[in-house]
Amino acid sequence: PAMLQLPLVVTARLDLVLVLVTLLSLWTRLSGLGYPGAVVFDEVYYGQFLSLYMKRTFFIDDSGPPLGHALLALGAYLGGFDGNFVWNRIGAAYPCSLSVWSLRLLPALGGALCVPLGYLLILELRCSHLSALGAALLLLLENSLIVQSRFMLLESLLIFFVLLAFFSYLRFHNAPGRCWSRYGWLLLSGVSCAAAVGVKYTGLFSYLLLLGVASLHSWKLIGDQAQSHMSVCVQCGWKVLCLLVVPVLLYVFWFYVHLSILQRSGPHDQLMSSAFQASLQGGLSRVTRGQPLQVAFGSQVTLRSSAPRPVPCWLHSHKANYPIRYENGRGSSHQQQVTCYAFKDVNNWWIIKDPARQELVVDSPPRLVRHGDIIQLVHGMTSRLLNSHDVAAPMSPHAQEVSGYIDFNVSMATQNLWRLEIYNREAESEEWKTIVSEVRLVHVNTSAVLKLSGLPLPDWGFRQMEVVAEKLLKAHSGSLGWTVEEHRYGTSQEQKEREAELHSPTHIDIDRKISFWSKFTELQWKMLTVKQEESEHKYSSAPLEWIAMETNIAYWLHPSTNAQIHLIGNPVSWGVANLSLLAYQLLAALYLLRRRRGFRDLPDGAWQRFASVGLLCGGGWAVNFLPFLLMERTLFLYHYLPALCYLYLLSPALLEHIHTHLLSSRTSRHMLAVCTAAVLLSIFLSYWTFCPLTYGNPELTANQLQALKWRDSWDILYRRR
Amino acid sequence: MEKEECISQWHKTRDSSTVRNRKVFPSPAQTHQSPITPESKIKRDDTPCSNGSSGDFSARASVDTPNQLLLIVVTGLSFATRLYKITEPPHVCWDETHFGKMGSYYINRTFFFDVHPPLGKMLIALAGYMTGYDGSFPFVKPGDKYEHHNYWGMRGFCAMLGSFLPIFAYLIVQELSRSHTAALITAALLIFDTGCITISQYILLDPILMFFIMAAVLSMVKFNQQSSRPFTAPWWLWLVLCGAALAGAVGVKFVGLFVIFLVGLNTAGDLWRILGDLSLSLVDVAKHFLARVVGLILLPLFLYVLVFAVHFALLNKSSGPGDGFFSSTFQSRLIGNNLYNVSMPEYLAYGSTITVKNLRIAGGYLHSHWHLYPEGVGAKQQQQQVTAYLHKDYNNMWLVHKPDNDTQSETPDLVRHGDIIRLEHKETTRNLHSHLHQAPLTKKHFQVTGYGINGTGDANDLWQVEVCGGRRGDLVKVLRSKVRFLHKATGCVLYSSGKTLPKWGWEQVEVTCSPYLKETPSSQWNIEDHINPRLPNISLSLLKPNFLEILLESHIVMIRGNSGLKPKDNEMNSKPWHWPINYQGLRFSGVNETEYRVYLLGNPVVWWINLASLGLYLIMVAVSSIAIQRGISLQQKRLEHSDILTGGGGLLLLGWLLHYAPFYVMGRVLYYHHYFPAMLFSSMLTGVTLDTLLRNADLLLCQPYSDWLQRGGQMVLLFTVLYSFYLFHPLSYGMTGPLAHEPESAMAGLKWMDSWEF
Repeated sequence: PAMLQLPLVVTARLDLVLVLVTLLSLWTRLSGLGYPGAVVFDEVYYGQFLSLYMKRTFFIDDSGPPLGHALLALGAYLGGFDGNFVWNRIGAAYPCSLSVWSLRLLPALGGALCVPLGYLLILELRCSHLSALGAALLLLLENSLIVQSRFMLLESLLIFFVLLAFFSYLRFHNAPGRCWSRYGWLLLSGVSCAAAVGVKYTGLFSYLLLLGVASLHSWKLIGDQAQSHMSVCVQCGWKVLCLLVVPVLLYVFWFYVHLSILQRSGPHDQLMSSAFQASLQGGLSRVTRGQPLQVAFGSQVTLRSSAPRPVPCWLHSHKANYPIRYENGRGSSHQQQVTCYAFKDVNNWWIIKDPARQELVVDSPPRLVRHGDIIQLVHGMTSRLLNSHDVAAPMSPHAQEVSGYIDFNVSMATQNLWRLEIYNREAESEEWKTIVSEVRLVHVNTSAVLKLSGLPLPDWGFRQMEVVAEKLLKAHSGSLGWTVEEHRYGTSQEQKEREAELHSPTHIDIDRKISFWSKFTELQWKMLTVKQEESEHKYSSAPLEWIAMETNIAYWLHPSTNAQIHLIGNPVSWGVANLSLLAYQLLAALYLLRRRRGFRDLPDGAWQRFASVGLLCGGGWAVNFLPFLLMERTLFLYHYLPALCYLYLLSPALLEHIHTHLLSSRTSRHMLAVCTAAVLLSIFLSYWTFCPLTYGNPELTANQLQALKWRDSWDILYRRR
Repeated sequence: MEKEECISQWHKTRDSSTVRNRKVFPSPAQTHQSPITPESKIKRDDTPCSNGSSGDFSARASVDTPNQLLLIVVTGLSFATRLYKITEPPHVCWDETHFGKMGSYYINRTFFFDVHPPLGKMLIALAGYMTGYDGSFPFVKPGDKYEHHNYWGMRGFCAMLGSFLPIFAYLIVQELSRSHTAALITAALLIFDTGCITISQYILLDPILMFFIMAAVLSMVKFNQQSSRPFTAPWWLWLVLCGAALAGAVGVKFVGLFVIFLVGLNTAGDLWRILGDLSLSLVDVAKHFLARVVGLILLPLFLYVLVFAVHFALLNKSSGPGDGFFSSTFQSRLIGNNLYNVSMPEYLAYGSTITVKNLRIAGGYLHSHWHLYPEGVGAKQQQQQVTAYLHKDYNNMWLVHKPDNDTQSETPDLVRHGDIIRLEHKETTRNLHSHLHQAPLTKKHFQVTGYGINGTGDANDLWQVEVCGGRRGDLVKVLRSKVRFLHKATGCVLYSSGKTLPKWGWEQVEVTCSPYLKETPSSQWNIEDHINPRLPNISLSLLKPNFLEILLESHIVMIRGNSGLKPKDNEMNSKPWHWPINYQGLRFSGVNETEYRVYLLGNPVVWWINLASLGLYLIMVAVSSIAIQRGISLQQKRLEHSDILTGGGGLLLLGWLLHYAPFYVMGRVLYYHHYFPAMLFSSMLTGVTLDTLLRNADLLLCQPYSDWLQRGGQMVLLFTVLYSFYLFHPLSYGMTGPLAHEPESAMAGLKWMDSWEF
């Protein structure tokens, strides 16, 4: 037992190289962060969500999970941004009241910390300090990483979390087995994984790689006979807890934060289900608050289609008939049009009628409508009954036309009975509930189902969407389902009174809540399935173009001068990265073949190290690059940056391997050192050359810009004077 | 007679068993190696044939006789179930309309375009030809009555090949697991699966494809078996058979590539093992390597190319507008095409009517029509669309003009390299036009439109003609010169991006003006038709394309065609995750009550057993490999079972994955029947898994009871499959009368999932 010893001595060991690298990195990423004081490239995209965050307005963005947006919003919040800025175009100047650097601070910090993390990661891979310094320099002097860090974008945060996850995992793995504090590192690794996936879905690739590495290590652990069963179980249990359970919980937690901040209804409400909308403040909840829950005979309702595409719409009819003959010569019934209309309108109201009775009011007590009941639907404003018959629909001739029945006395009988089927019922005789129940209307005469075909009608149909009845009951599909959205009990028997009633807004007060869990699943599902119209962007590129950096992206151009910012990487570094990847693969293949034939070129320790570097860095490149080849979305050069970082870690490790194991003579080692120094120097020079395009400062002349166009396929902008 | 057969059989089996057992006796090298226990040695021995086959000869012989019997039973049942009611219904079902039609094309020797390689359709045509079908039935649409036409031969041929699937599966599982019960379970699952029966009974590519896939896997497994006796006759035989089956598989459909991956991975593993065998010299390793290159790469490649050679030799008549998918030189081969023995004015002249074809493979004709670009695309003021179109059409015609209106002379002036011209669309009289607005899809390029009226436009309608490799003043040879059109005002070049326009552009191909002037086939065009009444027509001998060019071109056209089969927005299409759970089938024939209905749907009991077995398999493998990795001492029997699970089972699982997972990343339209090859692997895996599970019943119960459990389990399984087949057989053999949701239907109460449509 050691007593407190005097004098009290604190021994601090400081890696001065690490400190220096960190300082340089902070300087390159953080200096002059407020310049340019205008919207740069994708800031225009993330910015709109920032404003919505500040106003606590709900939105849905399919580009990534909410943590990234939330972090950017945090920066803006700390900088005092109030959300009042119109993000409409790249290059729009920020108002003076906005502190631009605070918007960009977090991504820049994340980007700056990548450099020391790279340094530490190489050390954890059991390489020398010189290699670590090499990796740090490669990361430090990479122009594209600098550009991507200095603006309100997410890649730098993603890379930061990924590197942190791997670093802390390796710290855990390399720590001696009896040391309990190492589980702290494991936990940190899990948290960073969750953060990486939470910032961008592409973080998933690195997360899966990390899980793969961890399972490989666990497999070795299981085979370790020296350890007791108990201890193996405990260790594996810890790994499962920290690397699987914790990240999943945290991922859900990001959504919890997201949803608890965004509570007001906003521009994307219509993508969500009625129940979800009703849980937001304002919007639908204001309209539907206090509606009666159960639909009864005599209820006045609006029916919203459950199909998310092409746009949300409501069953609609109006005083216009189908044309007698369509353009292609086919005939119609010439009865009143029934469509689906994407806007709230008084013509969206329908009244539920009991076929056996004439009344259009709700009895007291209300007679509730249940699953399986036969009903008629009366259009509120025109009093036409919803009808379908064996006449081909206007745009989908294979399906039946749906109309508001008009008796033209042409021996076309009325067929206006519909059977109600509640699709998501729990019991057979369930009541029809507002917002909650998803129903199908089955035509009694033909057993066809009322369906939104989604095709726009021509001018005679006011470009509203076609509604048909289709016989082929093709499985479950959103286009067959309808939900009651607005609802009230009808009280007026007279048509005139009823019209007035329909025009008046619905209002009564009760609160309706849905659980966080169902909100989360709905939001996540919508984010993954909402398809935005994907079109090529002027600066988008194909994955194979990234390897040789055949494209660049113009981020910003000064409104009056030639000063501009481009996403262009350091060409020399990219060359080094590609070369080292190739060299590693060749070397690994050679080693493997020779080992298989019984030649042990490397001692076991060195082979292990070589393999783990390849697994982590080469594998990291592969998982972050190859999946893009299969993706059919618009891709940009910056999607390659995570993969590139792995290559920058690979290069120095490989160089060290060559130095220690392949070169034996003194002279050749000297040669290698000289070559390395020369390459580093040229990397610095090319960094320096491209600095004006990285920082947008100083302005270059047209000739100088022309000289920087190292590849023909790069787009560099000149201002005509 | 009978006795004789028995004896000969006995001899045969004994022979084979001596051969098989030879491996079990340790070779001298191995006996010296180490004093390890026999248990662990057998476990470490990689060759599957050592697994549990240490019985004596007489036992082996008595085991093999039932094997022969079982095989005969399996064969009989398989053929009976597939050939039963083969001619019903006597009308065109589902995709018969395509493949039957293509069979007819072969018989009539008419050229056609299809997204699949030709072997399957050639075999169908052959079968039809041999059984007296004359190619005269038009196969217009499903439901057309065959009447007097001989269709049974084509159906029968497909059913024959389909009947081999359970037999092959039986043999494969037998080889992999060394267990008759496992093989029998697999065979029963496949024989009594309504889906496998239905898909085998019609004129489709799938039975042919699956026949080749299974043949390849069987040969591969047999070949693995021979690994102890390399370069002997049977070794070569199975190698060559495997190669031939691979060529067959990929010659029927590109899905055959998956089985090539499977065989490739297996071979790579095998070579890796051989490389690690230090008793073999590098020369031996090289021999092994080369033998596989010959047998599994060169031979299949040769056969595959041969199939195409026959295809091109057979089809030499033009089919009409569909020829436009191919290049001008390709078309000149086809009798009846307007380029066959063509005669037209030799040099491009002013005042001519021309069609312009893009030189990229499967590039279309420069086209325009009476439709404008929609609002928000390109220029503010909407202008007329210009596209590339693959079919021959009168809207592909353009007139060549001088920039100012032509001064008519007696003999028209010829167009030369460097000339400025104006191209007027003949039908709509608009000029080919470009301007500094983004193209609709390729945003880096400029938009190309039709502009002006009656040939009067503006300065943006002028294009400079450039003959590739030519000099100023060179004439433009029709059909042979590669021409580029440079836009005078912006300096960009007329370009076909190959991207398909959305609905507003009628899904034709985008045409742009590219500011990147690199010479690529996308920016090069040739003049295909050339009509000028005031110039003499000269017979032009086109350079006949060589075989490799044709081969490459038809492949690229096929691949384009395949990726062009995108799902339509409003169509309900099948998702890969639907398939293993048997979520929804396909209607082969008939919709309503009065019609004869056939519905392609797997026997749900079989499919759900397969699904459950997949999970079970993973659990069993996980448990056994963790136990082994932890060094827990296990009985010899368990180690053998574990080896079968990881070795044979692993191969089957890999096969299933390779035939299933890639569909998740495919962008094209998917159908339920794409799952059937994977389903075969899944059923084989089920056989291995369930058999291993039942054999380990003694983990649960002690000796006599565990045997009872094992037998009982096998019986229950067999009975369940049989009974479910009895219930669901109308799906395959046809139903009439009321639909399943009505009580008097034959299928009443069997509509277990709402999504099934019978």
